[in-house]
Amino acid sequence: MELLRLATAGSVDDGKSTLIGRLLYDSKAILADQLEAVERTSAARGDVQTDLALLTDGLRAEREQGITIDVAYRYFTTPRRRFILADTPGHVQYTRNMVTGASTADLAIVLVDARHGMLEQSRRHVFLASLLQIPHIVVAVNKMDLVDWDRGAFESVREEFRRWAGRLDVSDVTFIPLSALHGDNVVNRSPNMGWYEGPSLLHHLEEVFIASDRNLIDPRFPVQYVLRPRATDYRGYAGTVAGGVFAPGDEVMVLPSGFTTTVASIDSADGAVEQAFAPMSVAITLADDLDVGRGDMICRPGNQPHRSSDLDAMICWFDDNAVLTERSMWVIKHTTRSARVQVRDLRYRLDVNTLHRDESVTSLGMNDIGRIGLRCTVPLMFDEYRRNRTTGSFILIDEHTNATVAGGMIIGPTES
Amino acid sequence: MTSTDYELSNLGVLEAESIFVIREVAAEFERPVLLFSAGKDSVVLLHLARKAFAPAPVPFPVMHVDTGHNFDEVIAFRDATVDKLGVRLLVASVQESIDSGRARELPGEGRNRLQTVTLLDAIAEHRFDAVFGGARRDEERARAKERMFSVRDEFGQWDPKNQRPELWSLFNGRHHPGEQIRVFPLSNWTELDIWQYVLEQGIELPSVYYAHTRKVVRRDGMLMALHPAVTVADDEEVLEMSVRYRTVGDASCTGAVESTATTPVEVIAEVEASMLTERGATRADDRVSEAGMEDRKREGYF
Repeated sequence: MELLRLATAGSVDDGKSTLIGRLLYDSKAILADQLEAVERTSAARGDVQTDLALLTDGLRAEREQGITIDVAYRYFTTPRRRFILADTPGHVQYTRNMVTGASTADLAIVLVDARHGMLEQSRRHVFLASLLQIPHIVVAVNKMDLVDWDRGAFESVREEFRRWAGRLDVSDVTFIPLSALHGDNVVNRSPNMGWYEGPSLLHHLEEVFIASDRNLIDPRFPVQYVLRPRATDYRGYAGTVAGGVFAPGDEVMVLPSGFTTTVASIDSADGAVEQAFAPMSVAITLADDLDVGRGDMICRPGNQPHRSSDLDAMICWFDDNAVLTERSMWVIKHTTRSARVQVRDLRYRLDVNTLHRDESVTSLGMNDIGRIGLRCTVPLMFDEYRRNRTTGSFILIDEHTNATVAGGMIIGPTES
Repeated sequence: MTSTDYELSNLGVLEAESIFVIREVAAEFERPVLLFSAGKDSVVLLHLARKAFAPAPVPFPVMHVDTGHNFDEVIAFRDATVDKLGVRLLVASVQESIDSGRARELPGEGRNRLQTVTLLDAIAEHRFDAVFGGARRDEERARAKERMFSVRDEFGQWDPKNQRPELWSLFNGRHHPGEQIRVFPLSNWTELDIWQYVLEQGIELPSVYYAHTRKVVRRDGMLMALHPAVTVADDEEVLEMSVRYRTVGDASCTGAVESTATTPVEVIAEVEASMLTERGATRADDRVSEAGMEDRKREGYF
């Protein structure tokens, strides 16, 4: 069975938690005791209708304040697919959680209130989805019941989106009119919107084609750990394939040293495997005895990643204690390699509402998105994030507080 | 594992993700330890750890926080498993914490909560910096919000409002001396995934996970086994029934379910048909309040 990772994002009042509660409830992923607990709490609060949002808001403060604080992961299965859903909060101060939840997603659902259209937060979510290169976006136009199931309201959201997103890098967008509260077009097609001929949301999630989203072209194997059982000659390089396909006999190059050799075997605990592709975790043995360690990258001589100490990247800043300024130093973690980096250039801050580039800024703070140039103390082996989300991404860490202060997406080596 | 369309099954993806996380900890931490209760999740976790490092041995010890209220067959299984895999077992005893006055047992309350004291003492004594746990996010709503790498302060406390962003597969395990990271490689597995994996891999589990005849009493909607840690009240009727356990914890607060499932295939059929979650069905500790798990985690629980 295929696994689909999805992230949901929406403004506080867009009904996101209700939609998820509905998806889980209607796909029978919610069991009797969970529903009972929610009914109890909802009744105690005096709600007229059971508030399905309570199913996902797990923390005390969330239930008390009626808001979602952190990413919550939910699991459900249909006969066609297994789903991991990252439910991310919509408020301004928690954008970092949206990025956390969406970084590995195959698909993002962005909720829009049919009455209000694309508000600032919806725009921000679409922008982040495009920045993170989530391959598929669903714009769920919710609360259609409150606009009398009017096609015009749906079409105007679609138009508004098109005008706004024309400047963004989004490839596959699907629009679905629905009512999370009443369940219209969530699991079953709505009888109230005969004019809509597309699939229900769940049907779309089951059918959207994701197999071609993975990179099977560029062989990349970041070495994670060296397996050297005592009293044997075995030397296996353990790691998770980040791109392409590896097979025994392949001529490979180890970076940064640049030595070439061939793959002797690809091993798992269950025995040798004939080929390895993302995201398999395996151990590779090489025909020659080379000096290979954690942080090195195995690739093909004819298909190498960039190898540079200077990189040009977009970053999203998460920290409210520290700011990014030119010449500031951070720890970078990229694939299995960690090093220190210095910010050489703060090129601009991007206003996610207008997409305006502000080149006059001197720092990036909480929730800012900007383009920077970094110089690393050691060379990194990387690809453009557009080409490979694993070898094209990094995090920055504050070496004093150890906080993860930023997530970065590599555009390429810095042009000199 | 030959494949021509380069597709990995759901279990294959989950296994690869867990192995990546386990290796990442072995590479970046000085003194990891794996919490091993011989419950099904920790058995699967140890199985994955073995696979992550094969043909080399698992490069860290395992530790059991023993409430002293365990089923004999589970303890026997624990010892046999670590012997077979050649891993070092440490036992941290809740009874010793009680005897030495570090933990106080309240009448009518299970020993689950007391495990936190014993766990934190053992972590400090052995200076563990990374502690693997088998918790899954589908178990409980507070767990659904916890990161795979969960930073705990020197008191083991979880601060749900101040979690590190966790992006892609880039885990930040950096910490100050005295802090620890709890690591949950099974975060994305569900109860059903665990059972399907047990079936696929032929993993052995303690016999209490399969149907057997046992003397029980009905209490608060659960079936509690007769055990030295369970006192039967005068008005309670002792029944002999075919039961099995969905989770294995302290005998004083873990209930059995009626079952005739004697194989993984039969258990999977039961789980698929079940109308209750495993913790809702059989864990008194999570019924204390809606935030029972969140409160215990804030105090340093797994």
